[in-house]
Amino acid sequence: MAADTTTRPAPPEQIKAVPVRHPGRWIAAVVIGVLVLMFVHMLVTNPVFQWKFMVDNMFSPPVLRGARTTLVMTVLAMLLGVLLGIIVAIMRLSPNPIVSGAAWAYVWFFRAIPRIVLLFFCANLGALYGTYDLGFPFDHQIMGWLGLSGDLRFLGLNGNQIFKGFFAGLLGLVLSEGAYMAEIVRAGIQSVDPGQTEAASALGMSRGKTMRRIVLPQAMRVIIPPTGNETIAMLKDTSLLIAVPVTSELNFQLRAIGSRTFQIIPMAVASILWYLALSSLLMVGQYFLEKRFSRGFGARETRNQRAEREARTVGGTH
Amino acid sequence: MVKAEGVRKSFGSLEVLKGIDLEVAPREVMCVVGPSGSGKSTFLRCVNHLEKINSGRLYVDGHLVGYREKGGKLHELKDSEVATQRQDIGMVFQRFNLFPHMTALENVMEAPSQVKGLRKDACRDQGAALLERVGLGHRIHSYPNQLSGGQQQRVAIARALAMEPKLMLFDEPTSALDPELVGEVLDVMRGLAESGMTMMVVTHEMGFAREVGDTLVFMDDGVVVEAGDPKQVLTDPQHERTRSFLSKVL
Repeated sequence: MAADTTTRPAPPEQIKAVPVRHPGRWIAAVVIGVLVLMFVHMLVTNPVFQWKFMVDNMFSPPVLRGARTTLVMTVLAMLLGVLLGIIVAIMRLSPNPIVSGAAWAYVWFFRAIPRIVLLFFCANLGALYGTYDLGFPFDHQIMGWLGLSGDLRFLGLNGNQIFKGFFAGLLGLVLSEGAYMAEIVRAGIQSVDPGQTEAASALGMSRGKTMRRIVLPQAMRVIIPPTGNETIAMLKDTSLLIAVPVTSELNFQLRAIGSRTFQIIPMAVASILWYLALSSLLMVGQYFLEKRFSRGFGARETRNQRAEREARTVGGTH
Repeated sequence: MVKAEGVRKSFGSLEVLKGIDLEVAPREVMCVVGPSGSGKSTFLRCVNHLEKINSGRLYVDGHLVGYREKGGKLHELKDSEVATQRQDIGMVFQRFNLFPHMTALENVMEAPSQVKGLRKDACRDQGAALLERVGLGHRIHSYPNQLSGGQQQRVAIARALAMEPKLMLFDEPTSALDPELVGEVLDVMRGLAESGMTMMVVTHEMGFAREVGDTLVFMDDGVVVEAGDPKQVLTDPQHERTRSFLSKVL
């Protein structure tokens, strides 16, 4: 029987149904739209917002220097804080009770102290001891006991000289941040499936190697989002450096212009915009960091998903 | 290769192993079966010191596991010494435990390069060859979450083999797999047995035990109830408990 193309059955008809109406969504859209219009109207017509004045002053050299100090301090404090946090978290998980106890005490103490109070203390460590030396602990006592004179120390530094300004501020912020990061890192480490450590141990890997190559990389997925929070909080806490005092940071500079010219609100708005811009920059960084550490994670690929992925990368075989 | 003498293990007040006496000869394939809670997985994990025994002696290749005997007293081995012991013992887990942030090849390369300090390109060649041997030569750059369960378990076997162990331990290697994927893993294990590897396999796969195993051990409630040639134990069990277990499983 020859192929009969004229009476081939018609292809299945695509469904064309009337969609469901969502009146609530339209009403919500209108309400939000009106509120936005009201907000924009306020920004445009209220004389308190001296927009030209704000734009003229928010990019002046002292402000730009302030922004740089703020960014540098944020990045440094976070890098050192994360490092300290990782060390303390590993100490917390140590089987040695003194080590884990010391770590617990550090976290307890430095999470409790308000940063502004801590910064004040760091700035005044010169009052505790006149000089800070590097050497053998309790050397004066030991030497006196042995009947000798002299000491077992070297490299003396003047207390008032080192603990001031940028360094004192950095110290305070790092000590405080380290305590918060320690808990975040510990949460990350504990979130990694214990089977991973078992498999690594069964292969003969040492605890250190296991932590560095297997556990921590996987813990990063859980550590990065809250660390992003901490970084953005740190950006704003740099405004606390006034307690040290460090005046070359962003918030102080903007407020200084505001109080000098009596244009408080415009400079406050400038402050909002600056911090918004810098935070957004940090969020972009977080996005790329998260992408880097999520290789190999995500729900298991089904056969259909694999087919789609391979169709997209035509010619790319694994 | 493995010798257990009166091995006991308790978790708190619960005694899980109540005196295990077993011997595994080199090149022998021992299959351990039994109801859940019988202690078979625990015993396997004692062999590479993932669990510390409370009493008795456990030897692998003539060396006491986890301890050193000096002057009539037992000394605990340092972590690094235990790690060295574990280099000769490969383990395959029920839930695979592949490193998700590394590709299949990187998983297999990890131990030889990090633990043995071998050069990366040597590890890469060895890894590719091992993955080829388990039938995954075409997927060496895939991440575990892009592989099926059977494929992941085969990568896990290759990863354990990369350290060139003298003994391979399998803790219910196919229990977490879809039935149609079980066969490909058992085939790899059969090939391994035929190449002369000493294997201890905790499993429910009686067919595998009968065809590939040299010894079948039935454990129940922390003791070895019966042990012998698989074909014999499966067709003519001597003990009542063995009989009732097999009647439920076969």
